Amino acid sequence: MSLLAVEDLSLSFGGLRVLSEVSLEAAQGQILAIIGPNGAGKTSILNCIGGFYRPQHGRILFEGRDITRLSPDRRAALGLARTFQNIALYRGMTVLDNIKLGAHAHLRTGLLGGLMYWGPAQREEMALRQEVEEEIIDFLEIESIRKLPVAALAYGLQKRVELARALAMRPRVLLMDEPVAGMNAEETEDMARFILDIKEERGLTVVLIEHDMNVIMDISDYVVVVNFGQKIAEGAPDQVQAHPEVIKAYLGQKRAGA
Amino acid sequence: MRIGDYKVSYAADEAVFRSGTVRFWLGALFVGLAVFPFLAGDYLLYMANLTGIAIVAAVGLNILTGAAGQISLGHAAFVGIGAYTAALLITRLGLPFLLCLPLAGLSAAFFGVIVGAPSMRMKGLYLCIATLAAQVIFEYVFKNWDGLTGGIRGINVPPPSILGFSLNNEFRFYFVTAPVVIIVVTAARNLFRTRVGRAFIAIRDRDFSAELMGISLFRYKLYAFALSSFLAGVAGCLWVNFIKIVTPEHFPLHESIRYLAMIIVGGLGSVLGSIFGAIFMTIVPEVLKSALNLVSAVSPKAMAFLSPLQTVVFGLLIVVFLVFEPHGLAEMWRRVKNYFRLWPFEH
Repeated sequence: MSLLAVEDLSLSFGGLRVLSEVSLEAAQGQILAIIGPNGAGKTSILNCIGGFYRPQHGRILFEGRDITRLSPDRRAALGLARTFQNIALYRGMTVLDNIKLGAHAHLRTGLLGGLMYWGPAQREEMALRQEVEEEIIDFLEIESIRKLPVAALAYGLQKRVELARALAMRPRVLLMDEPVAGMNAEETEDMARFILDIKEERGLTVVLIEHDMNVIMDISDYVVVVNFGQKIAEGAPDQVQAHPEVIKAYLGQKRAGA
Repeated sequence: MRIGDYKVSYAADEAVFRSGTVRFWLGALFVGLAVFPFLAGDYLLYMANLTGIAIVAAVGLNILTGAAGQISLGHAAFVGIGAYTAALLITRLGLPFLLCLPLAGLSAAFFGVIVGAPSMRMKGLYLCIATLAAQVIFEYVFKNWDGLTGGIRGINVPPPSILGFSLNNEFRFYFVTAPVVIIVVTAARNLFRTRVGRAFIAIRDRDFSAELMGISLFRYKLYAFALSSFLAGVAGCLWVNFIKIVTPEHFPLHESIRYLAMIIVGGLGSVLGSIFGAIFMTIVPEVLKSALNLVSAVSPKAMAFLSPLQTVVFGLLIVVFLVFEPHGLAEMWRRVKNYFRLWPFEH
């Protein structure tokens, strides 16, 4: 059984049909890439899975459980983490606090406990700090920037901090919206390596949207192609690359006789 | 001179006061606060009490507006609710002063949650107007519900006492205000070391991604409103027991704006900033007033001319601060501290 399944998803805003009957499945430990031209509805799919949009039709199953009607914060607690295309870090906080925030749903400290910072609240914070330092900051090699405010960081590093925050959510499924967009070659390579490590060392399922075809071909296990809100092809990366519909969507159609 | 700042445990790195030097100065501050009332005169003690009460209220507003990003124009009304609640509990039920402190806070928090409930649907300026409506409504109730609030005459409160020990002057009241301020400031600072405080800042910086991180926006916005108005209520209870009368005129809209000015001048989202801002907004007008008195002692005619100037100078000071230090006094303090960290060998 697949870990995450999207069945017949349809979404429209007023008269604008954004998604029509899109289905996809991601198995445990798989990297699933969603590709397609700009405006095809890729981010909308992630927004539906994350709970930011409510689809008019269709279901979203997580471990066989229907989560279509759950609020975004409940889905996060189940193990769905998300990174954003336009970095959505909290600019007023340090890198460390941003990452810690990812663990929010797994912490128990309430308002009174927080005000006193005594006993359980303090122990919880210390355990969290240790987990963040040893499992995440060390893994993503961001020790040197952890005390800096995120607003002071270069773009590539901000993307990495966003990944760190998503990992702090202890996710089962990681939804990544254009993780390498706007990065230089070296940063892209680093990020691709991290995504592969996450899959291989932690057994996470990754659903990612990306335009960088080299990255897609290198790291993804399965590719779904969408265009105008519809799934037009799917399969292993090399199959998809040769698919006539995909070539048509990306390169346009050859005129007859041209 | 410190040559480095090394930690060997996460606990040491997470501490609020991280080094021996800082803890030394903190100790010095506590000693200063303890000795102050024995050295200062009645006027200074009066100002110290007012400043302390302003700090409690400002810390509250800074949690709501500075940290959680929900602008409120009704903070003075919540201080008023705390003051009226305390006045009623004392005059009608004869409850002891110390019990009234949390009860006044809870009463204000209750109304804070009601006013904050629309924050789920409204943001920014719209929410601002909703809190403005709350300010106007509560002011109206204070003024017109004669049976409960005594109308414009207000309510007189007897001097408070703790276990038979009367707090009937500035000196004695200081020993209530100062500990309350210390407790409130410590608690607020602690809050921002845990997930609750982080959630507030996340909601301010990016509410949609905060929700996708597993933060229930509705619950945390209400937390922020409840906590902020609780502290306003506590400040109101201190205030009415210190001044010994409460009337509707004490909590007008411009008082709410004064609290906003405190946290903006002091530093939004910073507990330390609330303290600096409250001190600035309480002390500086008094300093200007004494300066004016000095001048008018020399030339009595100048009084009529200079008196309005006092307000202008105060306004100018705030503008100058905002232009040169938009992050407030707290940021300025941080820079001064950094400068002295390596002083006098900065290279």
